This record gives sequence, C-alpha cells and structure tokens, in this order.
Amino acid sequence: MTGGKGLRAGLIDHGAGNLVSIGRGLERAGAAVSVVAGPGDLAGKEALVLPGVGTTGATMSRLREAGLAEPLRAWEGPLLGICVGMQLFFASSEEDGSQCLNLERGTVRRLRGAPLLPHIGWNDMRFGDDPLFAGIPPGAAFYFVHSYAPVPEDPSLVIAWAEYPRPFAAAVRRGRRVGVQFHPERSGGPGLRLLSNFVAEAGGGGGR
Amino acid sequence: MTLRTRVIACLDVREGRVVKGVNFVDLTDEGDPVELAARYASGGIDEIVYLDIAASPQGRGALLDAVRRTAGNVFVPLTVGGGVRSPEDMRAALRAGADKVSLNTAAVLRPGLIDECAAAFGSQCVVLAIDGKARGDGGWNVFITGGRDDTGRDALQWAEEGVRRGAGEILLTSMDRDGTNIGFDIPLTAAVAEAVDVPVIASGGAGEPAHFAEAVLEAGASAVLAAGIFHRGQVSIDAVKRAMADAGIPTRLDVHPDVFDFAQSDGHG
Repeated sequence: MTGGKGLRAGLIDHGAGNLVSIGRGLERAGAAVSVVAGPGDLAGKEALVLPGVGTTGATMSRLREAGLAEPLRAWEGPLLGICVGMQLFFASSEEDGSQCLNLERGTVRRLRGAPLLPHIGWNDMRFGDDPLFAGIPPGAAFYFVHSYAPVPEDPSLVIAWAEYPRPFAAAVRRGRRVGVQFHPERSGGPGLRLLSNFVAEAGGGGGR
Repeated sequence: MTLRTRVIACLDVREGRVVKGVNFVDLTDEGDPVELAARYASGGIDEIVYLDIAASPQGRGALLDAVRRTAGNVFVPLTVGGGVRSPEDMRAALRAGADKVSLNTAAVLRPGLIDECAAAFGSQCVVLAIDGKARGDGGWNVFITGGRDDTGRDALQWAEEGVRRGAGEILLTSMDRDGTNIGFDIPLTAAVAEAVDVPVIASGGAGEPAHFAEAVLEAGASAVLAAGIFHRGQVSIDAVKRAMADAGIPTRLDVHPDVFDFAQSDGHG
C-alpha cells in the first residue's frame, strides 16, 4: 500500500454536483484531485469519483452530453459513486424511468414504508469488515439526503445496510467499484475516514 | 439503526460576513461564517444554514465565496437560502458547495420556481422556507421579504402546495416566537407537520434545551433550528442534544472526531 499519497483522482463533473467538499475531502485523504468534464480529462487518472446531486435522468443526460457515459461504463479502475452517482451503477431508476449505466443488475426504487420522504439526516449502518469501513466504529452516523435507493438483484453486493425503517442498501461493492448512498463529504470525521479508505485502497492497487 | 433528529444552526450572512446584532463569543468583528461553521461542526452541529439577508449582486458573490470556503473546510451538511430566484441561482449555490437550497419570497411570488428547481435538482435539495405569523382566527399567514409583508396566504395551504410542487422539506419559522426565547411555536409546527409528508424544521423561539425536545415530541418536528442562543453561547449544542436524548429522541451525540486525523491532513489551507 502506498497509503494513497498523490493518487491521481478524477472527480466527474456533470454540472450540478457539489465538487468542492468531495474534492477537498479527497485531498485531505492524500489524493491529487482534478476535475473530469469530458473524455479527454480521463488520461492518467488512477481512480474516479462520481458524485451526484439531482435526478438520475438529468444526471445521465449530462453524462451522455459530456461523452462520459461510455468511458464510465468501460472504466475498470477504482470508482466511488456517491448518492445518485451510486444509483447510476444500476440498470434503471423508477425516479423518472431513466436508464442508468447498467453496470449492475437491479433498479433504483423509492424507499418503501418510509414515514417521511426524503430521508434527510444522519443515520448509521450495519457493515462488515469491508476495507471501505476500516477504522469506522459501529454506530457512527453518516449524512443521507435521498428518496430513492438501489435494489441490487444480487444482495451480496451490499456491504452496508441502513434502515428507514426498512433496510436498504447504503453501500455496494464489486471489486474496486464501490458506491455509497450517503454523503461521506458531509459526514464529518467518519466520512473523511471513508474517503481516506477509498484513496488508500485505490493507491494500493488492491481491492478484493 | 435510527435516523437522528437534527440540530441545526442558522447564520444570517450579509456581504459574506455574519451580520452584527449578535454578541459572538471570542470574535473580534461580526464574524467569518466559515470560522463559526467550523466551530459548530466540531461542537456537534448536524447541519448549518446560511441565510443571505442582503442578497444584492455584490453580496451574492461574497456569499458564494463563503459557501465555497465552508464546503472545503467544514464537512457537515450546508443549506443556503436568501435571494434564490431561479434554477440558475440554485445551481450556483449547489456548485459552490451547498447541499440544499431554500426558497422563500421568490417562490411565493412565482410558485412555479419550486417545480423548476425540483425538476432540475430533485426534491431532496429543495427546501421551502415559510415565515408564519398568527392572524387571530387560529390560523397563520405567510409573510415574505424578511417578514415585512403579509401575503394573506394561509401557511398550511402554502406548505401543502409547496410540497405538491416538489419541495422536499419545510423550514418553518414562527415570526411570533422568533427572538423571544420562550420556546418553539408548537401549534404552528404541529399543524404544518401534520399537513405535509416531508420533514419539517422548527425554527424561532428556542431559549433552552428543553424547548428543542418539545418541538420534536409535541409538534412532530424532524429537525430543530436556532441561531441567537447558539451564537451567544447561551446554550451549547451538546446540552441540546443531551436534553433531547434524555427525552428519548435519537440524536447524534458521538461525532467520532478521532476516526480521522484532521490536524495531520490539514495542509492545504
């Protein structure tokens, strides 16, 4: 492991996301961060982060217009999807009937049985020994702001479950591709630790 | 696993500075919002609201600069409001680092703004701020332009319409209670929380830790907001959270500052 120092991380810019906090969070984790606004910006990137604010449909449209949808589908390196960025891993979303990147089987669905939506605030999760959660104590809360969450066909992708009040997938992993439904860049110390864990793993060329 | 009830601090910002009129502890002038936000974050605040009370074009740039600096240094949720009149204004605030944007006067004057913002960015980041004042028959009217003008509109109907149009949260301020320190407006908050199926943030009137628990337990607020009592150091965020926890309300008491080495990594300015 290199500890991630100087990892060249590309932050995907699709026009609406909050790049400031994620970029600074990744820098604090030791990464060298630059913005990816088109396919030409992908050169030399060792890891990608796909943030998301907004609807899945609008975000997919902007990714296609920027020429980034296909490169993202083909990307085999470390990738972190955040919120809508994680939802885009799946086939489609019932939010607006939109097609997503289709990297994983499953759909994004409105949270069922919730007392109030959106689910806004700090919630904790049940997670195992995945390296993304290394050093994060059980019960630590992360910030969520969403009404939809992915329902993977293969539940073994899920590395963290949250409840509101029914269980939903709060984090998924396949190899070096991880996605989180919450916002690590808004989740204080535990969130920065999670970003740091991603950078460390990506810098080590590992994964599992 | 439970969603924690949020405790929110609101900062009134003008030209990128926190406005005078409050007695900030340890600050030599009216205060850098970023400095205050950082202090609140380490004190356990769950969310911060910046309200641009001047909302002039020059002040706008200064506000967005403060948002940018906050987002780069303070890793808790940030809502920005005041002077948002178009989806482009909203985009600018989100790009600068806001998680949510609150709409108030402009949405009353042109309700379609809520639909446009929700369609562009999703309901989860559109907050409808409502300033309500009792009108004498048991109901409440909506006031705009910083509480100066009575619209004659019913607050409950406006909350329902706002949610129908796509607002994902209501920031409800009682003008009757604001600044009084005698407690939140329980009837107003309960009526709005009952009327809508999105989270309602209770605002206006907090004076002591017990008030926050009342707003949650008696009025059904999903979050509780205060300004002056936090700024003056009159009540600590921790005291509020402990009072809420003692009343059986789930709160984020342990912020786990030790799981990330902030000091070692803070080398980028």
